[in-house]
Amino acid sequence: MNDAAENQNGREATIRLEKLSKEFPGQEEPAVKELSMEIYEGEIVVLVGPSGCGKTTTMKMINRIIEPSSGRIYISGEDVTDKNPDELRRHIGYVIQQIGLFPHMTIADNIATVPKMLGWDKERVSKRVDELLETVHLPNSYRDRYPKELSGGQRQRIGVARAMAADPPIMLMDEPFGAVDPITRERLQDEFLRLQQEILQKTIVFVTHDIDEAIKLGDRIAILRDQSEIAQYDTPETILTDPADEYVEDFIGSGASLKRLSLSKVEDIKTAEWPVAKLTDGHDSVRRKMEQSGKDYVLLLDEREKPKRWVSLSDVEHDSIPLKEAGWPAVAIVEANSSLYDTLDTMITSYRGSAVVVDDNGGYKGVVDFETVLTSIEEMRPQEGHQAPGYIADREDLPS
Amino acid sequence: MSFIEYLTYTWDDLLETGIGHMVAVLISLGIATVIGITFGVLTYRRPAASQVALAVASTILTIPSFALFGLAIGIGLGLGYAPTIVVLSAYAILAILRNTITGLRSVDPAITESAKGMGMSDWQQLTRIELPMAWPVIMAGIRVSALLILGIATIAAYVGGPGFGEDIFTGLSTLGSVNSVNLVLSGMLGVMVLALLFEVLFTILGRFTTSKGLN
Repeated sequence: MNDAAENQNGREATIRLEKLSKEFPGQEEPAVKELSMEIYEGEIVVLVGPSGCGKTTTMKMINRIIEPSSGRIYISGEDVTDKNPDELRRHIGYVIQQIGLFPHMTIADNIATVPKMLGWDKERVSKRVDELLETVHLPNSYRDRYPKELSGGQRQRIGVARAMAADPPIMLMDEPFGAVDPITRERLQDEFLRLQQEILQKTIVFVTHDIDEAIKLGDRIAILRDQSEIAQYDTPETILTDPADEYVEDFIGSGASLKRLSLSKVEDIKTAEWPVAKLTDGHDSVRRKMEQSGKDYVLLLDEREKPKRWVSLSDVEHDSIPLKEAGWPAVAIVEANSSLYDTLDTMITSYRGSAVVVDDNGGYKGVVDFETVLTSIEEMRPQEGHQAPGYIADREDLPS
Repeated sequence: MSFIEYLTYTWDDLLETGIGHMVAVLISLGIATVIGITFGVLTYRRPAASQVALAVASTILTIPSFALFGLAIGIGLGLGYAPTIVVLSAYAILAILRNTITGLRSVDPAITESAKGMGMSDWQQLTRIELPMAWPVIMAGIRVSALLILGIATIAAYVGGPGFGEDIFTGLSTLGSVNSVNLVLSGMLGVMVLALLFEVLFTILGRFTTSKGLN
């Protein structure tokens, strides 16, 4: 390998495209023009851009569903541009928007397609099918069903399971969640992210035209313009806070700062100091805690540390009202791994303008209010970019 | 002699004639299926080629069967099974070829793309995905051809071929004599019974050879 294959960390790229071009016959302009990019092991790289920018063509050249007109493709250092394409594809998972399940085969046979081609024995194939059905949260009884008997979301899961069947180190996904309804889509995205974090850790190239999906799923995003020219190739955080040019800005659209919030988790920010008490504590101790903290409200937890009620001083003045019924219920609750975006959403709709953060078991971890969120937003701003964004700085009617 | 009486006297002859008729049709159908599917597979991705193949097969169908049987003798196939099977096969090709092309073309491109993307060779795509998916349509073509040549096979009597044609021709040429009407009737009925038999056969075959996922 030459030096160009290694980045500054000395890591070798899992997928490296070198001056890849594609010209379709009868078209004057190439669909993809001299694209070079590197994708590293275990990362999700999202290719995003408007329709016709060449993102799908680019992805399909990696497993040579579309043969490049010129340029080289390297996978784990090996030049695969002229390798037997069938052999190459058996080691690259492939999911397309239409899924393309084989309607005449059972779910088990669909999933087993690649393992069978690779010559696995029956028992191993069968075990793998069981495993994958469990991974994608479908009951084992689905083995003998046919694709037409499944819902869109279930078919999508099978599509992903089938692509993962022989445990390929690389997966290519072309708008895999494009054809399902928004609710299912979001659930599939969440599941996919969790899978990738917990089990897969694969190198994934993901194509979408939806920038929000790209921000949500991508470790790095390549924003493409015509002919698959890279406008910016960076982490979603950087792209949102520091877009390379106007094209990227336009593509991100309005609300970039809000979108940025969906990238941070509430567990990453400092929670506010807040007085808490147990439901089993007496009224006296609750009153004392309130006075000591200087806050107007105290959060009451049950014996398993779950947040139950908010109480103000007036709610606990009279010992006659049991703590279990005093104040109002704590309903604005977010899990520690929720995004700041969702947290803010919960806070805005909550009665008190603050949200309780809980762990996986629902136990109390802290409270966030607007002040804590604002502080962390402050920290996210790009260090060098203290001047106003271009669209404000250029306006002469505003004082600079 | 009433028709019923006629049947009781001649049923073993009729059975033999019926078997001959059926065998000729089955062999022809087999040959036509092989030819139709082969040419369908070879041409379905090339519109110009499939146009030519379909045009040839259609032209055969426009030739009057009498003329074609005559021609079969003319090119030296002699009498009996040989010219019968050649002519019947020729007639049976069109429906099978057309349905093969239609069936293969109707496979969703997304399905073949995902097959290709998983590393199936062209041959594997064809045999594991495209042909099984097109099979119900191809079967429908075979069924249409079967009914078509069951009828045409009666004319094979003209070249000494097997089947009910001989009964019908004999009956027609001796109209007015004792059993002439019975001969024609039994020949016609024989063909109809065979047609029903084929329908049953294809229904059963269809159930066993078509994936449940395709219905």
